[in-house]
Amino acid sequence: MRFRFILGIFFCLGSISSPTFSENVEALVVTECGNCHALEEPHYEQLTVGERVNRKAPPLFYAGNKFNREWLVSWLQNPERIRPAGYFPPAHVIAGSDGDVVDEGSLPEHPKLANQEAVNIADFLMSLTPYSSRIDEVQYEPGSISWKMGNLNFGKFNGCDACHRDAPDYGGVSGPELYTVWERLQPEFIFSFISNPVAWDPHTLMPHKELNPGVVKKLVDYLKVNGEDEE
Amino acid sequence: MKSIKFLTILIGLSSVTFSHADGDVAEGEKLYGIYCTQCHGVSGNGKGINIPDMSVLPRDHTDTGEMSARTDEELAKAIKHGGKSVNKSVLMPAWEGNLNDEQVADLVAYLRKLCCKK
Repeated sequence: MRFRFILGIFFCLGSISSPTFSENVEALVVTECGNCHALEEPHYEQLTVGERVNRKAPPLFYAGNKFNREWLVSWLQNPERIRPAGYFPPAHVIAGSDGDVVDEGSLPEHPKLANQEAVNIADFLMSLTPYSSRIDEVQYEPGSISWKMGNLNFGKFNGCDACHRDAPDYGGVSGPELYTVWERLQPEFIFSFISNPVAWDPHTLMPHKELNPGVVKKLVDYLKVNGEDEE
Repeated sequence: MKSIKFLTILIGLSSVTFSHADGDVAEGEKLYGIYCTQCHGVSGNGKGINIPDMSVLPRDHTDTGEMSARTDEELAKAIKHGGKSVNKSVLMPAWEGNLNDEQVADLVAYLRKLCCKK
């Protein structure tokens, strides 16, 4: 009887004890990041493509399947723009007679974090891995490709440069820059996303071109070679 | 036999007309704003934010003459299977994996409004 009483007190104290460190970090992420980033998978089947218009920033609920941790820690402390026209480009465009231009003033700045905060948040985000099985299915071994051949494959043959920059001063601006992608993202994620972007995000602006694995490999190898050249 | 032939023709016609006549212009406008304006421009004039480094400029969808020369089926084909499928630039991607037939029909309906109903 006495044992049960003590055990009862123990459980009560446990339930009202202060949150753990990881709970604190999670609460911080929910508060600070959740306003712009999706931290849980949206119910896409119940949503129309119109939801894409209202998104402010990339979803983070699969961050651990996507990012390279070291890059994430560094970027959170010095967040430089990756998408020249913002996350939803049409919201940041001014029409002009000579062509549309990006309304730079409308692009939001990402908060800059202190070192420890960046480490804590990156570690928490890297724990979000709902699509690990999808990543595990990827059969990609980084290989080599001549820069010239890879560049032709990227631009002339597949038209990726219509939306993406593969150099700081060349390419389209509606998609994220790709000359830093090798540093930013996990190779298996890059491969999987190019193979089927719609599986990752049903309302993505990236066309699902149903490329065969050989073509995807050439593209990913080019992003590697090109990224290493940029460093 | 006659009635079977008539039915076949009727089914054929209905499948052709679905790709354009049933398109919803308002939905098409919404989709155009999401997927197309980056290259074709917010006004549809072919001068989107992506054009400065493009080797081939995107189609000006407000050009009545050029657009009138294209059938609805050709427009739908270009959207679904990309520019290459209609002997145009590879810079126009295939959207078949992102958009369903109804959405493509909506886009075609909006393109017709954009080009030719001023």
